[in-house]
Amino acid sequence: MPTAHLLGPALALSGILFSLGVAGILLRRNAIVLFMCVELMLNAVNLAFVALAQVHGASGHIMVFFVMTVAAAEAVVGLAIILAIFRHKQSVDLGNINLLQG
Amino acid sequence: MLDTVFYILAFAAVVGAAMCILQRSPVVSAMWLMSTMFSLACIYVLLNAELIGVLQVLVYVGAILVLFLFVIMLLNLGKADRDLRGPSSLAATVVIVGLLLVELASIWRYDPRRLAVEVTGAAQADPSMVFAGARATDAAIQSHGVVGGLAAPLFQQYLVPFEITSILLLTALVGAVVLAKRRI
Repeated sequence: MPTAHLLGPALALSGILFSLGVAGILLRRNAIVLFMCVELMLNAVNLAFVALAQVHGASGHIMVFFVMTVAAAEAVVGLAIILAIFRHKQSVDLGNINLLQG
Repeated sequence: MLDTVFYILAFAAVVGAAMCILQRSPVVSAMWLMSTMFSLACIYVLLNAELIGVLQVLVYVGAILVLFLFVIMLLNLGKADRDLRGPSSLAATVVIVGLLLVELASIWRYDPRRLAVEVTGAAQADPSMVFAGARATDAAIQSHGVVGGLAAPLFQQYLVPFEITSILLLTALVGAVVLAKRRI
């Protein structure tokens, strides 16, 4: 089942999803939605890896494993940080979290 | 036929992602993100990555998104009053996303033949000759199955990164407990 001619469209879809993730990060203030946008961007990168793995072989698939693991670790630690911040501030709005601003 | 399926799934994925960043309620955002991830899992299967498609559903939808929903419900977040940022962020978004979309105009037309021509620099190049890795992977999947064809390089060529990944997961586990626990 050769679908390698879908390489270009798959890469384009990956780019569109990544752009939407960037747009979400720039537009939203809710920290949890921000993490969802990061997951969206990681998914877009995975799609690019899978699309190019049709040409380059299994290393693309294996890289997706590692990206998924890093995404899981990042989500766990990030959500734990959000929980800790929520206990202090009673809010996850990034506009209220400005302790590091000089 | 496969192309039509791909474009339908791609449309569903883009709509899901757009709704995810536009919805005000975090729970609704998570649900739209879930639909995007399911569409992507189907696209992975279309692109001959069946194992990755299954892992996408298991890890992303089954673990990560459920974790997001747990935290949203734990924090009891309603709809925020002012969730979108101001006009300067909107301008930055338009510029950055516009630049990314301009780049897509050339990516759209790529196929393996053009990629092979650009990699070798020759006027004519056969992609199956240039990229030997794809043929080796196809042969491995034919003889060992979908899982076996990927397991062999994962546990031979990429063994050290695999072990480092386990350390990363252990670190994340300990870090999450330390961060989220009130008193250790």
